[in-house]
Formats: sequence, C-alpha cells, structure tokens
Amino acid sequence: MLYAPEPMHIPDGFLSVSVSVVLWIISIVVIGYALKRVGKDLGERQVPLMGVLAAAIFAGQMLNFAVAGGTSGHLMGAAIAAILLGPWAAILVLTTVVGVQALIFQDGGLLVLGANIFNMAVVGVAVAYMTYQTVQKLAGGRKWGILVGGFAAAWLSIEIASLAAALELALSGTSPANIAVPAMAGIHALIGIGEGLITVGALAFISAARPDLLESKDERQVGGAVVWVVGLLLALVLAIASPLASSHPDGLEWVAEQKGFLDTAQGSMYEIIPDYVFPGVTNEALATIIAGIVGVAIVFGVAMGVAYLRRNREVTE
Amino acid sequence: MHVHFLDPYRPRRSPIHALDARVKFVLTLAFIFSVALTPLGAWPIYILLFALILSVEVLSELGVVYVLKRAALAFPFVLAALPVVFTTPGEAIFTLSPGPWTLTASLPGLERFASIAVKSWISVQAAIVLAASTPFPDLLVAMRAVRVPRMLVAIFGLMWRYLFVLVDEVLRLLRARAARSGISDDSKLKTGGTLTWRARVAGGMAGSLFLRALERSDRIYMAMVSRGYDGEVRAMPLPGLKPVHWIVLTCGIGILAFLVMIAYLLWS
Repeated sequence: MLYAPEPMHIPDGFLSVSVSVVLWIISIVVIGYALKRVGKDLGERQVPLMGVLAAAIFAGQMLNFAVAGGTSGHLMGAAIAAILLGPWAAILVLTTVVGVQALIFQDGGLLVLGANIFNMAVVGVAVAYMTYQTVQKLAGGRKWGILVGGFAAAWLSIEIASLAAALELALSGTSPANIAVPAMAGIHALIGIGEGLITVGALAFISAARPDLLESKDERQVGGAVVWVVGLLLALVLAIASPLASSHPDGLEWVAEQKGFLDTAQGSMYEIIPDYVFPGVTNEALATIIAGIVGVAIVFGVAMGVAYLRRNREVTE
Repeated sequence: MHVHFLDPYRPRRSPIHALDARVKFVLTLAFIFSVALTPLGAWPIYILLFALILSVEVLSELGVVYVLKRAALAFPFVLAALPVVFTTPGEAIFTLSPGPWTLTASLPGLERFASIAVKSWISVQAAIVLAASTPFPDLLVAMRAVRVPRMLVAIFGLMWRYLFVLVDEVLRLLRARAARSGISDDSKLKTGGTLTWRARVAGGMAGSLFLRALERSDRIYMAMVSRGYDGEVRAMPLPGLKPVHWIVLTCGIGILAFLVMIAYLLWS
C-alpha cells in the first residue's frame, strides 16, 4: 500500500462533539486569517503555489526509508513547509493536505477535521516555525543553524502536535490521560526522529541547490512575531499541561465533570417530555429488538429497490 | 507508471451517484454529526444508523464488501480507546494480571469502548460512500455551496489536479532509488547504508521533490497568467437544487434528527 495512515489523524467518533466544535472554530479563524495574509503576500501566485506544494507534501509522505524491524520513517511536512514558506502559507498548505486526506482517503474524520487541522496545521506549523527561528537566531546565520533548526523544528512539532491530540482524546473521555499522553508522546518521539532526519536531508539538499530559498526574507516575517509567540505558548502549555494531566488525572476528571454538567444541561433540552416512555417499549432490550427489526426492514427494502431498478434497466437497455 | 488507482471514485449508475453532490455532502456531515451526538450505549439507535448507512451502501451499488473493507482500514486507531475498558469505574467483569499490573475491566468501560468503536466504524462508512460515489470536482462544488472560502476551494482543486502528477514524480524517485540500492528479497541481507545515510537519501529525494514542485508551480502560474488569470477565482454560479433533491435533503435530515431525539429521550 502506497498510502500509509498515520497515527496522528483522529477518526470520527473519538472526540466529543464539544471538543470537535471548539477546535473547528479555532481552526476556521486561523485559516481565515492565513488566507487574507497569504493573499496579501503572494497575490495572484497564491493558488498555484499553495495547490502544487500541498500536492508535493501529500506525495512526499510516500517517501519512506527503512528504520528497523519492518517500520519505516516518512515525511509529514509541517516543519519543512513552515521553514520554506513561512507560517501562514504553511498553515494553508497543511490544511489542504489534511482536508484531502480526510475527505478522500478517510485518513482522519470529517467532524473531527477541525481538530486534526488544529493539531497538524496550527500547532505543528506554529511550533516548527518558532523552533526554527529560535535556532536560526542562536546560530547567527551559520549553516549548522539550518540543519539543527530543521531537526529540532521537525521533532518538536510532531511531539507537541501529538500531545495536543492526546489531550483532546483525554478531554473527550476516549482515552485516559495517564495512558494516552505517554503512549502518544512515546510513539511520536520515535516518529519525530524519522521526520527530523528526513527534514535535515531535504534542507541540506535545498541549501546546496537553491540557497536563496532558505535566506530569511523580511516580507515573510510580517506577523511572524505573533506566530513565534503563539508557537512558544502552545509548546510550553502543551508540554506542561500533558504531564500534569497524566500524573493528576483528578484535574482532568474535574474538567470532564464540568463538561459532564454541560452535557446534562444539553440533554435536558431534548427532554421535552420528562420520563417519557414509548407505549409498549418499556426497556432497552425490547427497544433493541425493535430497532433490529426496523433496521433489517430498511436494508431489505433498499435491496428490493436496487433489484427492481436493475431489472428495469435491463429491460430498457 | 500512473497512480489513477489512488482516486477512490468508483463510477456506477446508482441513485446515490446521481444525487446532487451538495445534498450528499451535507447529508454525510449531518449523518456523522448525528452519530457523534448519539449518547454512549444507545445500541438500538446505533443499529438503526448502521441500517441507514448499509442501505445507502446497497443503493450505491459500490459493493457492501468494498465499503466494509475500506472501513476496516481505519480500525487500528481503536487501540487508543482500549484503556477506557480498564479505567472506567463500575461493575467488574474480569481481571487480567500481565506482569506486575492488575487490570480490572468494568462493564461501563467495556460499553464505552464498544460505543466509541462502533460510532467510529459507522461514521467512516458514510465518508467512504461520499468519496466513492462523488467525483472530486463535484465535491469542490459542494464545498463552495457550504461557504468554504473560494480561494481555499481553488487551492484544493489545484492540489487535486496536480496530486497525480507529483505522485508519479515520487514513484519515479522511488524507482530510481530502488534501481541504485540493490534491494534483495532476502530479508536477512542488509540493504542500503547506515540509518542516517538512508534518511539523508530520502531527505534529498524530498528536497528535490520540493524544488521540482516549486518550479512546476511557477510554470503553472505563467500558464495561468498567459490565459488571463488575474488572481480572482471566478466560478459559474451554482445551479439551484431540483425539488427532488430538496425532498431527499429534508427527509434525510428529518430522519437523522428524529433518531438523535429518540436517543436523547431514552438514553440520556
């Protein structure tokens, strides 16, 4: 199989509705701003450049190399996009990649797409940009800054994005924090090494072939300071919050409890008729049996319909 | 070597394929939203939702086996939810003691885990039917209809158009590497050099893919400009929905809303 699903794409059903909706809203706001920003910076070049680079990142995820024991490392691309294109364009490129992965290949769900965009396109890009810029400043323009910065940006962005995913799962009550956080962090610490090595290889190649692409460009830095601060904050908050959440599950339970209140509050909205019981349907077992029968009837009816359509078509053809 | 097999669209002459993409898109999202809203453990509602999507699969003539097979691909993620079986407090069913740990499975935990797995499984089937029964350009129309910014839709469209070109590019890179690195079927023989060397080669391939993509985007931009592109994404106005599509849309949303309401009345 050419296309390998990654462990960071959360499928539908794993996040609660409230977590999904909140992250959708955050992602929509960020994408809207990024569209405006990139439109200003790139003008009419925006559509072809973003589209083709998104296709390149998507296709580039097939470039793999054997690590050990049948596992392989491959590229995810948040870091390399953030380094080469600047933060706003990288957010758009990764949003497109994650969107097509969900819409076409079912790699990640549709209702949770907002959360997946948040993890990979927002957190991943912001953290990668922050890390790379910091190392660049420290290196003062020497070549090791590009390579070390590239590795650090790739590794850290994967790691922090996976912490975000783990916390979302924990908040949704899908996976307890004291297991989800260490498991996700552990797996992605390894995946991040593969990503880091491949990013360094790519940057070394690009700095040899087209060094102009890696020179810091002032016009791309507009709004860069904000992304830098946001990236640092996201990295710090997630790096501190997740070990805390996993060692003090009580704290998260408290949050879940608050959310539980919200859910019950929501639920009572639907309870138009309190203690309503269907006439004759007094318990769950009976309801299940009836649902089963109705379900079979639906499918049977549709199958009959298809058979009928087929026969009609054969007659007309 | 081309990768047209990557496109999940499977042309058929079924009523589901003939349905307007905008209706399908909205109904798919509504279906997944309804599945997410259904409370944990509302098994009869899960059965009805599954019957609904199964009916759509039968109607779509895609082959139920095909859809179920693809749906199984998304299953490994279920592992992430497995721990809730042991951490949710409640009536104990069985205890495992692997090594130094003692794990006690609880009934509510098991129900929560099974609910998550089933919900995820039903949802992914809806997404599969949408992708397999709708050509990508129609999905773009649907995205425009639900007010996704035009610029973003244009980027999605261009990405899809060049995805296959760039995947072909990647396949050529991979073939070139395979031709030069002497892969053996014997798994005991080491292939390639050290890990860092292999990573550097793969990185170089990624770098050259990037440069080629950048240069290609320049050429595409020039071609677009020479044909009159001025940065404005223009599109035909969307045609109105036929009455029959409105009926399907209203009925679909009505059924889903009814199921969610029943679920809340009986299980929340």
